[in-house]
Order: sequence, then C-alpha cells, then structure tokens
Amino acid sequence: MDRVAIIGASMTQFGDRDAWVRELLAEAGEACLADAGVSPDEVDHLYVSNMASGEFEGQTGVPNALAHDLAAMPAYTARIDQTSSSGGAGVYAAWQSVASGASDVTLLVGGEKMTHRSTAEATDVIASLTHPVEYKHGVTLPSFAGLTARLYLDTYDAPRESLGKVAVKNHRNGLDNPHAQFRKEVDLDTVLESPVVADPLRLYDFCPITDGSAALLLCRESVAKEYTDDYAVVTGIGGATDTHVVHERADPTTMRGVVESSEIAYEMADRDPDDVDVAELHDMFTILEFLQSEDLGFFEKGEGWKAVEEGVTDRDGDLPINTSGGLKSKGHPLGASGVAQVYEIYKQVVGDAGPRQVEADVGLACNVGGFGNCVTTTILEGSA
Amino acid sequence: VSDDTTSAESSESPDTTSAESAGATGAGDDGPTMTAARYADGSITYPPHPLGPDGQEPVGTVDLSDYTAEVVTWTTSTATPPGVREPNSLAIVEFDVEGEPVRAIGQLTTDEVDIGDAVRPVYCEELRDPNAGIRERESQEWDGFRFEPL
Repeated sequence: MDRVAIIGASMTQFGDRDAWVRELLAEAGEACLADAGVSPDEVDHLYVSNMASGEFEGQTGVPNALAHDLAAMPAYTARIDQTSSSGGAGVYAAWQSVASGASDVTLLVGGEKMTHRSTAEATDVIASLTHPVEYKHGVTLPSFAGLTARLYLDTYDAPRESLGKVAVKNHRNGLDNPHAQFRKEVDLDTVLESPVVADPLRLYDFCPITDGSAALLLCRESVAKEYTDDYAVVTGIGGATDTHVVHERADPTTMRGVVESSEIAYEMADRDPDDVDVAELHDMFTILEFLQSEDLGFFEKGEGWKAVEEGVTDRDGDLPINTSGGLKSKGHPLGASGVAQVYEIYKQVVGDAGPRQVEADVGLACNVGGFGNCVTTTILEGSA
Repeated sequence: VSDDTTSAESSESPDTTSAESAGATGAGDDGPTMTAARYADGSITYPPHPLGPDGQEPVGTVDLSDYTAEVVTWTTSTATPPGVREPNSLAIVEFDVEGEPVRAIGQLTTDEVDIGDAVRPVYCEELRDPNAGIRERESQEWDGFRFEPL
C-alpha cells in the first residue's frame, strides 16, 4: 500500500485571539497551503476538526465556509467532531481519504474559538459531552481529573509533587514555542500553591482556555517528492473508544482507548513503544500525561510519575514528552489540539523544530477526547 | 419512568421492568429509585444501557438506593459550570449488590470523606439548576442521589 505523507503544516498563534473561528481556520489553512506550495484548487478533500463552533459562537457549517474562504471549491468537505480528540480524528479522516484513494490532496484544518466565553460557560460546553447521570451532578472534565488523580496517587503511592513537575516541564518546553499561549516558566512552589480547582489538582495542573488553529496537508508518499524533500510519513494510526460513562471502567487509572488505539498504530507501523523518540501527549490535565505514558507502553502502569521525577521525559531526556509545551503551556483550542500535536511531531521528524529540536526518527501523538472516551494515536516517521 | 416499580421488596427477585426509560431515578410507589440494569450474564450497570456488557438487553433492574457503597475516589471541584453548587464534592462509589460490583458517580453531602469510606444514597430533588446550563432541560432528569457517609 502506498503510504500517506504529510507535506505541509502550520499553526496559528494560540491564545486569546480577536479572530473568530472562520478567520482562525482560514489563517492556518492558507499558511499550510503556502508551506507546501500547493494551490487551493488542488485540494480534493477538506476536513475541519472542530468540537463546538455552533455552541461557542453560533457559527455552523464551518468546512464549507473554509472551502469558500480558501477558494478550495469544489473540494469535498466535512466537519470532524470527536470532542477534544476532534483533531486526532481529523488526522485519521484525512489519512483515510488519501490511503483509500478517494483524495489525492487532503487539507486538514483544526480550530476552536473559546476565550470569548467565561470559564464557567466553556467548562459547561465541554461538560455537555457527559452522560445525563454525570451531567446532572455537575460533573466536569476537570472533576474527572481530580477524581482520577486522587486515585492514582493513592494506588501507586506517587507524590503530589510529581504532577506539579509535569506542569513545570511543559511550561519550560513552551518557552521555545513561538505559538504557545504561555511562554512563561513556572516553579514547583507556584504550581503547588495555586488555587484548588478539583482537589487534589490545582490551577497549574490544568490547560488554559484557548483560541487557535492548526493545519496539515496530506498526499500519497509516492507523489510527496513532487512537492518537497522534507515530508513525514504516517506509518501508523489507530483510533478507539472507551466507555461514555467514565465510572463504568474497571480500572479508572487505565485509559483503554489509549491502549487499544496505540496497539493498532504500533502494529501498522511495525514499531514498539521503545522505538518512539519523541511524543506529544494530551496533557489537558497533568495526570493525563502519566496515564497516557503508561497506557502507550512507555512505562509500566503506576511508574509514569517516576519518569517525570527522573527527567526521562525532559527535552534532553531519553523520551522527550511534549516538546511543544503540550496543551498545558501551548493551550487547548479543542479541535485544533490534535492537529497541533501532529504539527509538532512533523516538525521534529523532518528536523525543523528549531530550538525545540530533539533527535527523532519516530514520533507519536496521542489525542484524547472526553476523559479518555475517544482516542487517536498517530505515529510519524521522517522520509530520510 | 412511572412504570419503574423496582423496590426493596422486589430486589430479591429481579423484575423485568424495562430499562429503556432509565435516566436513573424513577418515582415508584415507594419513592424515587436509583435504577441500575441487570443483564443475563450477571453484570449490573448504572446507568442502564440498551445493550449490556454481554451485548444483550437487560433482564431486570436493581434499585441501588437500597444498598450502601464504598468510596472509590472523590474530589471537590471549585470551578463549577452555571447552575452547579460551588464547591461541588463528587465521588465515584462502588456498590456491592449480592457480590456483584456496581459503580456510580454522584455528589457528596460533605467533603469530609476518604477513599474506602462507606456511604449511602440520599435523595435530592434538584442536583443542579436545569435552566442554567447548556443541556436542554426536558432532555433529562435533574433529581438523583447524593452520597452521605455512614
């Protein structure tokens, strides 16, 4: 099978933006086409990863709007919503469109506009993904994080400080990301003394509310060279779901969607967890970096916290995690995040990550929706 | 859900009440219930699902409000959405229904609680303001059970 290549990538400034969702999507989409030197009329399929433009902004039909704004008609368009993992699901859809032969050139743009809403309103939009028996109790995604963090610390005898060190590390990495919402170092005391959000987790254990967009351009590997010498190959990709009702999981500290989706991706790529040189994980909450790093097979269950303590996941460690700064410092514009994760891995494996560059032939991105409800794991490798 | 007649009396022999309407609470003859579904393979889920872990329809219901539970984990959330009390203490609890574990999530009556504590469900007519959040009021129920330490 002809593999699928990524020949262009872009991301906008993440943060508190004046632009609305249409403008954010167009900004990333246009930059991505320019990055690859591809004209809009070459785009066969155009996918937009977005969770809630209707709920946030009252703007629906964004893929068609983007096609018009980019002069990409008559490209086939679709919106990919998988909540927080809309970006990863968009990568999957874009990969599928090229791998199947349905599209020669596919543009994927993920984006979300959120900061015009209050924290309470944005939290409610995101919490609307929950089951009625969860929603009526006021369960939010941050509260799932608090519930799981307490159980993790208790079960595996992990120190509270280890979670704080995830935030410290990812903020440090974000210093070198010009697109990050926060380019500000934080120390452990600041994290541990910040206001409680969902006990035992505090403000600095959580990603911010963010506006932003990111884009990728995909085609078959056999024609990638016609566009660029520096492309990445999607060597493995897998998607999976876990229970909608979070408390029904046998082990609340294991994300089965991460386990299942990564097993599919590893098998397709003929790779093992040990082969991964760099990873972008969905650190919407610090505890998620531990759960994913274990469920992806990087570390034994209950040992992920030790890797952070020992510096293994630092940028100069054996397995750098979230060199982009992660959702924690880069920000989390829902539909954009999974696309921006792959943007970072693409930059790493083609050797274009600037001051964030690490030695990386094989990179992995794990994008999580809900509280592990839906997951896409993508493995990229350089063309060299 | 007025057809849900599961009660303490009937819990010894699982009845065949339809779980289709299962939001969770039902106003039976003996008051509100915390309805879980029982499946042919012996498993029980809260909330009920059209098809259970065995891929089959439920064969009966269980009223979890007749049982006590143990706290699996808990949190106190201070960043709550519109219409939700602040702070909002929540727990995942595990019931033991004649040897079959069943988990549920719900508000706590207190934040003075620890993992492993025993709790019992206590009824609350309105867990959050149905008019304040994004969810359509008529699309679901808003009453339910909080967990109170024994």
